[in-house]
Amino acid sequence: MDDVAIIGVGLHPFGRFPGTSAIEMGAKAARLAMTDAGIAWKDVQFAFGGSYEVDNPDAVVNFLGLTGLPFTDVYNGCATAASALSQAANTIRLGEYDIGMAIGMDKHLPGAFAADPVQYGVPSWYGQTGLFLTPKFFAMKIQRYMHDFGITPRTLARVAAKNYRNGMGNPNAFRRQELSEETILGSPMVNDPLTRYMFCSPNEGAAAVVLCRAEIAHRFAAQPIYLKASVVRTRRLGAFEVHSPWVPLERTEAPTVDASRAAYEMAGLGPEDVDVVQLQDTDAGAEVIHMAENGFCKDGEQEALLAAGGTEIGGGLPINTDGGLIANGEPIGASGLRQIHELVLQLRRAAGDRQVPGTPRVGYGQLYGAPGTAGVAIVST
Amino acid sequence: MTPQRPVAEGLFEWPADEPRVIGSRCDSCSFVTFPAQDACPSCGGDTTTSVPLGRTGTLWTWTRQRFQPKNPPYIGREPAGEFEPYGVGFIELPEGRIEARLAGDIDQELRIGMPMELTVVPFATDEDGTEVLTFAFRPIES
Repeated sequence: MDDVAIIGVGLHPFGRFPGTSAIEMGAKAARLAMTDAGIAWKDVQFAFGGSYEVDNPDAVVNFLGLTGLPFTDVYNGCATAASALSQAANTIRLGEYDIGMAIGMDKHLPGAFAADPVQYGVPSWYGQTGLFLTPKFFAMKIQRYMHDFGITPRTLARVAAKNYRNGMGNPNAFRRQELSEETILGSPMVNDPLTRYMFCSPNEGAAAVVLCRAEIAHRFAAQPIYLKASVVRTRRLGAFEVHSPWVPLERTEAPTVDASRAAYEMAGLGPEDVDVVQLQDTDAGAEVIHMAENGFCKDGEQEALLAAGGTEIGGGLPINTDGGLIANGEPIGASGLRQIHELVLQLRRAAGDRQVPGTPRVGYGQLYGAPGTAGVAIVST
Repeated sequence: MTPQRPVAEGLFEWPADEPRVIGSRCDSCSFVTFPAQDACPSCGGDTTTSVPLGRTGTLWTWTRQRFQPKNPPYIGREPAGEFEPYGVGFIELPEGRIEARLAGDIDQELRIGMPMELTVVPFATDEDGTEVLTFAFRPIES
């Protein structure tokens, strides 16, 4: 589809910012996106806000202006930002408005997420006995995947080392340090086979995107980027998913596979058309699995691809060019809009030190998280 | 003798010499779910019947939980320094793959495909001293 364009992106750095609220970070990201688009808040006709920790992301209006615009808040796990983006794009497609925004923000406490399993449709005992934890799910998913497809711990370390290295080129990243594969492999084991430096951290940050009806995009942006597809899917029976105490014997493909196929179909594109990729790297194993789930390689091919540097910024399939979740951390409400921010910079050839070579035309972003929700967005020049 | 209680009623048979976990079978389509619930995730039916599941199976995947989960929802109250890491796995039973803590030494060898059997283990203690029990799987001695 060519009916919705992205004319502005903005990002508040990801990290830890004592004394700054998520709402303030969201407002900052929104201002940057509006400046990028060359518009003012009064020009924004509607907005969607995404957050996990903030009940009312729409409170950014206190800092942007009380214009009375319709502003709807969404929360959808790690796919929150994808949901805000999809809803904003669909609102334009409905024809009611021409210009709107998706704004994501969050401010998490350090450490793994903790919540009441009952709120996820899972019994209390699952949490009481120490099973309601996302990191150990990702560990068990990659453990099985490594067994089935011959992926080694070295490949997990290569993914993490690449993402830290890419984060070094991103002034907005959280962990900006080069870590060797040996350091990553030798760091304390958290959930076998995943070590400390193979995981991302929940943290703080915000990102925002200005969208408009494609026909009017050239009024604002010298180089509009088109949102070709934005799709959210949930798990089907038989998928092996986070926060599930069991899985049927007959397996079904993951919700990411469903979202990916639907997005390619919507965009009229395939994985071979994609030039730059952002994947949900909750941990290094997730990036490996998501490479296959999104159609970029067959199961098991990651081992050779990573060894050959194929997913580096200068490789044939650059993945997580801004450092991904591993280097940026994960403020849930903002994470997917950070992906869009990076893809837009890459397609505009404005990504500085981390710019992929050549003339990238198609960008791809994917989110995945509790309790089995995936989002995929495809953008193009 | 230390008083004990299961972490939840209707989750596993207890006390029992050879305990089994309890799932539910859909009255409409016979699909088996764990843990037991009234509604069927396969056909959407809204009546089910409790069924005990097989007590032996094979290890389908595994990890080790090496950091102390946050309380709540975890009910272990041990000081951080006394936390004992535990194994976690999915056990393939004839009826499906179920997630469980793994009983035994944290450093025991774990291998996908190894035979496992159900046991019941204490994992936490209530303020009044009652031990809280849950189901777990352990490797079958060969």
